[in-house]
Amino acid sequence: MPSLGTGLNVLIGLAAAPLLPGIIARVKAMVAGRRGPPPLQGYYDLIRLLHKDHLRSRTATWVFGGAPAVGLAAVVCGLLLMPVGRQPAFFSFEGDWMVLLGCLALARWCAILAALDTGSGFAAMGASRDACFSALAEPALFILLAGLARQTGELSLSGMVAGLAPSAGLTDAPGLALLAAALGLALLAENARIPVDDPNTHLELTMIHEALVLEQAGPDLALMLYGAALKLWLFGLLLMNLLVAFADSFAVWCGMILMAAGIGVVESAMARLRLLKVPPLLVGAAALAALGFALIWRTTP
Amino acid sequence: MNVMLLSLAVWSCGALICLAARRGAALLGPLFVVGGAMPLLVQSLQVLFSGQSVVLWMPWQVPFGSFCVGMDALSAVFSAPLLIVSALSAVYGSGYLRKAPPAALGFHWFCFLLLTMSMWLVLAARNAVLFLVAWEGMALSSFFLVLFDGRERHVRHAGWLYLTAGHLGAACLIAFFALLGRGSGSMDFAAWDTAGWAPGVRHATFLLALAGFGVKAGLVPWHVWLPEAHPAAPSHVSAVMSGVMIKTGIYGLLRALEILAVPAVWWSWLLMGVGLFSGLLGVLLAGMQADTKRVLAYSSVENVGLITLAVGLGLLARHCGQPVIAALAFTAALWHAFNHALFKSLLFLVAGAVAQATRLRTMDRLGGLLRRMPITGAAGLIGATAIVGLPPLNGFVGEYLLLAAAMRSVTIGAGMPVLAGLAVLGGLALIGGIAAVCFARFFGIVFLGEARSSEAVAANDPPVPMRWPIATLALLCLGMAAIAPAFAGRLANVLPGGAWLGGVEKAIWHVWAFLLGGSALAGGMVVWSAMHGRPVVRPATWGCGYAAPTPRMQYTAASFFEPLSRFFEDLLPVRKKEVLPAGLFPHRAAWRARVTDVVMARLYQPLAKWLDWILAKPRRLQHGRLHLYLLGIVLALFALMIWKLE
Repeated sequence: MPSLGTGLNVLIGLAAAPLLPGIIARVKAMVAGRRGPPPLQGYYDLIRLLHKDHLRSRTATWVFGGAPAVGLAAVVCGLLLMPVGRQPAFFSFEGDWMVLLGCLALARWCAILAALDTGSGFAAMGASRDACFSALAEPALFILLAGLARQTGELSLSGMVAGLAPSAGLTDAPGLALLAAALGLALLAENARIPVDDPNTHLELTMIHEALVLEQAGPDLALMLYGAALKLWLFGLLLMNLLVAFADSFAVWCGMILMAAGIGVVESAMARLRLLKVPPLLVGAAALAALGFALIWRTTP
Repeated sequence: MNVMLLSLAVWSCGALICLAARRGAALLGPLFVVGGAMPLLVQSLQVLFSGQSVVLWMPWQVPFGSFCVGMDALSAVFSAPLLIVSALSAVYGSGYLRKAPPAALGFHWFCFLLLTMSMWLVLAARNAVLFLVAWEGMALSSFFLVLFDGRERHVRHAGWLYLTAGHLGAACLIAFFALLGRGSGSMDFAAWDTAGWAPGVRHATFLLALAGFGVKAGLVPWHVWLPEAHPAAPSHVSAVMSGVMIKTGIYGLLRALEILAVPAVWWSWLLMGVGLFSGLLGVLLAGMQADTKRVLAYSSVENVGLITLAVGLGLLARHCGQPVIAALAFTAALWHAFNHALFKSLLFLVAGAVAQATRLRTMDRLGGLLRRMPITGAAGLIGATAIVGLPPLNGFVGEYLLLAAAMRSVTIGAGMPVLAGLAVLGGLALIGGIAAVCFARFFGIVFLGEARSSEAVAANDPPVPMRWPIATLALLCLGMAAIAPAFAGRLANVLPGGAWLGGVEKAIWHVWAFLLGGSALAGGMVVWSAMHGRPVVRPATWGCGYAAPTPRMQYTAASFFEPLSRFFEDLLPVRKKEVLPAGLFPHRAAWRARVTDVVMARLYQPLAKWLDWILAKPRRLQHGRLHLYLLGIVLALFALMIWKLE
């Protein structure tokens, strides 16, 4: 519920989100034996982009101009619903997870329409892939939330996370671990990371998210990048809530940094999957979540 | 005088006047539709909000018939959108048909008025004979409306398919009502009591209702008429058919479940299975279509599936003694039935405006229409966002209610409800995600980007009589979201055992307040970024450095859905014809792909061939000699009289 502490968590999220992509890039560079950009590079990029002029294609309409702001607002709304460890979310009510997923879907909808608005073939290709893959990733998220709800008997995100803390024993560990694995895969897919998408690729034919924002520049791009960072932050929080539900917010922040480093290591260690192999991966995530649910169902008659 | 009789009189007199007036029908027709609808709309809303039903009973000469019409809350939920959409579509139609040959208009408006009247009578009838008469009137009048462009071969084919499907469904319904009326000797709904029935009869009755009403609703596997008939009809007729007429099937199903008071458990599983399958197949086929109106028609299959899914979950929850979950699921079904009528007819009217402005319905030849048709385009965006179920629009509310029901049954239930809830959650997630792809494609390819043909370049917003209904429906979509908690609370009381319990109402008000705040935040950010932005430079879209980019370099509708169509290729058989470029100097290449409806290809076509073979045998009786036919009639009459004498 709205309080100073929960408000502070939201503010920390808003301020620290661009740090995550910076950490990932830094870790990748270190593994590759380079020094890499400073972790604060994300902020420098945002400031630089905000000072540029708007570059909007002659083809584009008001949809292109409005989409980044609406998309960012939707992700910020999502952040208000996400608890941090033991601390509940700023707002919490029955079914807030649906509103959260709805907000993320709205943000994606805005990005897709903006991409189609430019008439660029590459942007539309990115839009198509982003839309299709996230449609296949959706069941995994819903099923894993169902698993959390079943485990705790709660209907709001804050309730689920708070309910996890006392039950986090060895008995329930296998089911929750499967849910966490499914969430990890969904996190990589939804945030356009390897093995689903390579954020560093420069070949348009293989890009997903980078192609989606291909036509955005200047402040529009800044809003999109910031929204993407916030989304990664959101998913990271959800994962941390599952893994260290019992902890206070400080432990969660540390966990977030470790998670970013982990993503960096994964990205250094493996290559992107072929596009045709992505749907089976996402269905696999849903299957993991369903298996986790089945295990949880056994212990909660 | 009774409001119901007054409106029926306005409609039926109007229909005759239109038939006689011919030329004047273009103006009189819509006037009569609106004039008859307004008093009934007021009455429906009164019934819905006060919860007090109205019944009018009059004796009727027809065997087993009585003229018994009534309006209770369940009828009112379906009747209100029916009247709104019919009235707005009629106004739209006056603009849509302004270039049609005037000779055809009298008959067209005659049929339109009859369709409106019979749809309303289906909802209001409280006697099986009256119901069946109205049902048949609805099928026949819409059949003639579909045939408006009957000179075209594909339209005649669509009409034929529709007529056949409709009458097979009606046959099931006649058997259904005959079973119901069998014991009590009366055909009035109120006289039926099914409590003491044997389970076998009860199951048969339910299956007949599901098949009969499923045909009209467009549930898989009875949906095959829908994607043919809806695109063939004029757009304002498609809006009425797809928005509200198919909902009479859902209404009938709900009424049948009410009459068959105690459902068996497997009914709810069957309903959920049919609903899930309709939802998935409908949305996948919608995403594969090249024709704007076929996309919308298949999307109706999906949405009717979702409504049926919600009904099934509600039944199961009621059976398992979970009143809160049942109330949530039934409210979700009713909410979606009501709101789908608004946004689906909005989208059909938008597609009609596009089709009339460009003479095109093929998506891959459209594009860039948002700049040329700003009002239609903005309304189309609202409709697409609503139908995908994105917050903060009305489509999201229905999705929320159904997901909340599913999550509660996963959390609280034991045994069956858990499995059902999980199926609903996973299924709805997938269907919702694919619907987003489908409608991003619909709106993006048609309205965004560059025009792909000269026809699309020359498009303009439609004239005022078409523009206002579109704008009104778009505003209604926003308005329904604004009054969501109060209206959903009302809907919860419609089906027995409803009423919000267990903090559901509070949760919905929370969601509403949060979304209101979120919309304010989004609006504020848009305004702020528009006011305080940096200067805007407008270059051309990057075309890989190619000096002469053409609109044909844009992504197409088919390629947009390709990742999903490839993944689901077993469900979506595609007939491909390809001539690939070959050799060192390739010169000719061609690619053609056509998606076939799997149910039509694998089920009905083989069945039709077999039937054709069987039925060729007794065709010898159809010899065309009139005197022998007359002899047959006389003999039959004699036989009947002798039978009666005994």
